[in-house]
Amino acid sequence: MELTRRQMLVTSGAALASVAGLPAFAATADDMIAELTGGAALGEGAITLDTPEIAENGNTVPVAVSAPGAKSITLYADGNPVPSVATFNFGPLNPSQNASTRIRLARTQNVMAVAEMADGSWQMAKAEVKVTIGGCGG
Amino acid sequence: MAKGVKPRVKVPKSASAGETITIKTLISHPMESGQRKDKEGNPIPRSIINRFVVDFNGQNVIDVTLEPAISTNPYFQFDSVVPEAGEFKFTWYDDDGSVYEETKSIDVS
Repeated sequence: MELTRRQMLVTSGAALASVAGLPAFAATADDMIAELTGGAALGEGAITLDTPEIAENGNTVPVAVSAPGAKSITLYADGNPVPSVATFNFGPLNPSQNASTRIRLARTQNVMAVAEMADGSWQMAKAEVKVTIGGCGG
Repeated sequence: MAKGVKPRVKVPKSASAGETITIKTLISHPMESGQRKDKEGNPIPRSIINRFVVDFNGQNVIDVTLEPAISTNPYFQFDSVVPEAGEFKFTWYDDDGSVYEETKSIDVS
């Protein structure tokens, strides 16, 4: 059968819908965070996570994260096939502990940043990004 | 080795001692996620840059672990302090074992 563009859209749309119905992905991201922090309590307020409210193209979503006083920041996207996105480890010459990059988002979902602070405590920030076209390939 | 990999780095030419500067880096790389399928429906194997490190005169500035969720042509922007004149060394590590390097020197005025 020759796949037309329309059929492709219908089938991939259905596939995405079935994925969205599974809570397993969110649990995985939470599991990964728990594994990273060792179950420590997550504070809030120290991280600034700057994401667009609506991303037209899920293939390149600009994300900026800043956590003054952090040793490392890990980004997660709970709706991606692989929830972990990137880990930034800051060296002694990094004054502000901020970084920005571009990430892929498969669908509308939460982007989460978990930071380990210099005193060993953990901080978290969360932002929802609405994705018009997913960046999952196909 | 992925084809056509070209690192591009933007560092100011000079700074005053102790100044904080912003560095932007871009490297052309397909960042194949391992999730996509080709026309026959076979999965395309993952091929990404998995680590990116920046050092200044041997001292670490940032060390990034990349996952497949980083976009094609990975872009990073971050800050660094410039304590003295010297050289920034940028290193990208590919899944296939290739290492891409770039250096930029900076003057202190």
